[in-house]
Amino acid sequence: MVLDPVLLSRLQFAFTITFHIIFPSFTIGLSAFIAVLMVRYTRSGRQHDLELARFWTKIFAISFAMGVVSGLVLSYQFGTNWSRFSVVVGNIVGPLLAYEVLTAFFLEATFLGIMLFGAGRVPPWLHLTAAIMVAIGTAVSAFWILSANSWMQFPTGHEMRDGVAFPLDWVHIIFSPTFPLRFAHMVTAAYITTSLVVVAVGARFALKGQFPDHARTMLHMGLGLALILVPAQIAIGDFHGLATAHHQPAKLAAIEGHWENEKEEGAGVPLILFGWPNQKTESNDFALSLPHIGSLIITHSWDGRFPALKDFAPQDRPPVPPIFFAFRFMVGIGFALLGFVAWGLYHWWRGDLMENRLFLRVAANVWPIGFLATIAGWMVTEIGRQPWIVTGLLRTADASSPLVPQSVMVSLALFIFVYGIVFSAGIYFINRLINKGPVPHVVGAEEGVPSRPLSAATRSIGD
Amino acid sequence: MTGIEPYLPLIWAGLLATAVALYVILDGFDLGLGILFWTTRDETSRDDMMSSVAPFWDGNETWLILGGGGLFAAFPIAYAIVMSALYVPIILMLLALILRGVAFEFRWAAKPTHKLWDFAFAAGSTLAALAQGFVLGGLIQGIEVKDGAFAGGPFDWLSPFSVACGLGLVTGYALLASCWLLMKTSGAIHLHAQRLAPMLLLGVAGFAALVSLWTPLRYPFIAERWFSMPNIFFLWPLPLATAWLAYQVYRALQRGEAVKPFFGVVGIFLCCFVGLAISAYPYLVPRSIDLWQAAGAPGSLIFMLFGVLFLLPIVLGYTAFVYWTFRGRLRPGEGYH
Repeated sequence: MVLDPVLLSRLQFAFTITFHIIFPSFTIGLSAFIAVLMVRYTRSGRQHDLELARFWTKIFAISFAMGVVSGLVLSYQFGTNWSRFSVVVGNIVGPLLAYEVLTAFFLEATFLGIMLFGAGRVPPWLHLTAAIMVAIGTAVSAFWILSANSWMQFPTGHEMRDGVAFPLDWVHIIFSPTFPLRFAHMVTAAYITTSLVVVAVGARFALKGQFPDHARTMLHMGLGLALILVPAQIAIGDFHGLATAHHQPAKLAAIEGHWENEKEEGAGVPLILFGWPNQKTESNDFALSLPHIGSLIITHSWDGRFPALKDFAPQDRPPVPPIFFAFRFMVGIGFALLGFVAWGLYHWWRGDLMENRLFLRVAANVWPIGFLATIAGWMVTEIGRQPWIVTGLLRTADASSPLVPQSVMVSLALFIFVYGIVFSAGIYFINRLINKGPVPHVVGAEEGVPSRPLSAATRSIGD
Repeated sequence: MTGIEPYLPLIWAGLLATAVALYVILDGFDLGLGILFWTTRDETSRDDMMSSVAPFWDGNETWLILGGGGLFAAFPIAYAIVMSALYVPIILMLLALILRGVAFEFRWAAKPTHKLWDFAFAAGSTLAALAQGFVLGGLIQGIEVKDGAFAGGPFDWLSPFSVACGLGLVTGYALLASCWLLMKTSGAIHLHAQRLAPMLLLGVAGFAALVSLWTPLRYPFIAERWFSMPNIFFLWPLPLATAWLAYQVYRALQRGEAVKPFFGVVGIFLCCFVGLAISAYPYLVPRSIDLWQAAGAPGSLIFMLFGVLFLLPIVLGYTAFVYWTFRGRLRPGEGYH
């Protein structure tokens, strides 16, 4: 068997980045949720808000640690596995990542120390500020990384000299055309993902009849946010699709499974609800389609046309089936969630949100849905960019490092092994923390306070 | 080329060197604590070691991302060559950092059955330090470059010299950590660190001397850099300062001082770092690619320079603030789970 180092590097990058995105998807929203809980506590003084903030902080700490270490891997892989990419677009992508480190990573990593350990060392307002800084840091991080990714999707603001990209206009580079909607789509996805986890944990407690105040707060806050964001996300996604039609027509054609436009005028493009894209015959097997609806969605006209896959040379087309299926999976989840939040709203309005066991049983299991949709969405956007690593500038096949395949094979196996252990352990520990539930807060036993007299007493040794 | 442009690579080399030096010191004691995990089985001692660094480890590691990201951004060609040439030690380092990083959280979450994560923390920290030494050794040895790309094999970096660098760095980090413990802890672990520090100092002195002799003997260009006229006049104070610092640290340890040894060892690290930089200059990939060849587009370097001039002081400011917040010795029972 001939091993292709490019394919192995792609698998390794896909594996490590898929693993990584799970954690930011969660921590972006969770840090904001914790900050909001702390603000609520500051204003209302209700104990269970504080207990919830502490409960979720522990879960946050575990998730954030896994996000940090898996993110570190990515910042080095551009060089280890994609050295041609680094040389060709390092002038553009490098500074964006450097800004991410300076504006976001240091902010979140440093204030995390105060957020996790500082309750007994700093005044409450500063502890709250630290939590807010962490939440801001996670969102700023998303800003830069999505800026870099969007530039790779549709590069602007640069020029090519001797095969290397040079910056011309940083505003155009940072705010490339596909960036604003992609950023909005991802951050919204992250907040929805977190709200679903919060809803699921609230539902789990409600089903067991434990921590009723906490469960109600979580169900209300999680569901309340999802009620706003799920419809918003569907709208953002629609606009994002229109932008894709404009900037990355080949990706859109693959999403739609749109192989060719009908010869006759006015035929329009059907919407393929389901089918099996067949790259050999260049058509969809078993297609179930609605005539003209494809035109209606993409061009907002009854018989509008948009470029089809056959308009692109075969070597310039992305692989169709994974994009086609991942997209339908993501959109399917989107509409299922719309139904779910509507159902939740109905019970909220009826006032039996905490009692309706059928709803609670479903709600207790929605926690993975946001992660799955986010990963599917990234598959659509990343596989959809193929065969390019930077659209129009550099093909993925030309971007890799001069490595022997054995090196990458061993490293890939090690990543799978280590991530397997770390991930299983992380899920196990988070689950254990959830089962334990929020720890009741005893008034007067502020963290760190009782240890102060003790610490003074034990200080004599070694001083 | 006008104005600032010819100096940009130099400025960026200086900034990156600062980031790497800060990383080596901050994550040095951090990794060193993991290395010292091997030396005690006492549960309270291990808890104290971890608690003493728990609020900082994440920030410390961020300097490594800045080092890697900064190299990518400012010297993309060097980044591309170095990372592919040193693929094996870099990947080993990343895997090791994952295991020891999650151990910070998992160890507490797993209690009382946390043996596995004690091992992950100790082994991960040690392997990461070792791999960083391999990277250092591999860099000093030089990298085979053809047409602006790495042209060697996957194990070119492996040699007695790079292994010596790896062991030297493990010893050095352990020394930093033991001095950190003198400053930050009390009780059993403090006494333990007092016993370890002098031995580790001796080890570090040995490795520093070994590398200082080995490199000029093996690599004529390094010998020329240090021993030719008039360089020798300017450079002789550096090894002398290192030796003086080592002696001061030794004295401070003898007197049982708590704070001085740590900063003395930081001084030793900085001297060694400057020494290595003098040996390598002006090469970024020694003997193949110099600063100016490796530098990114002036437009990129200037764009980032604005950010760094504005943001780095802020970062340093709040980093210092966090260290100040958790100043003094660890309070018994501190930690959060």
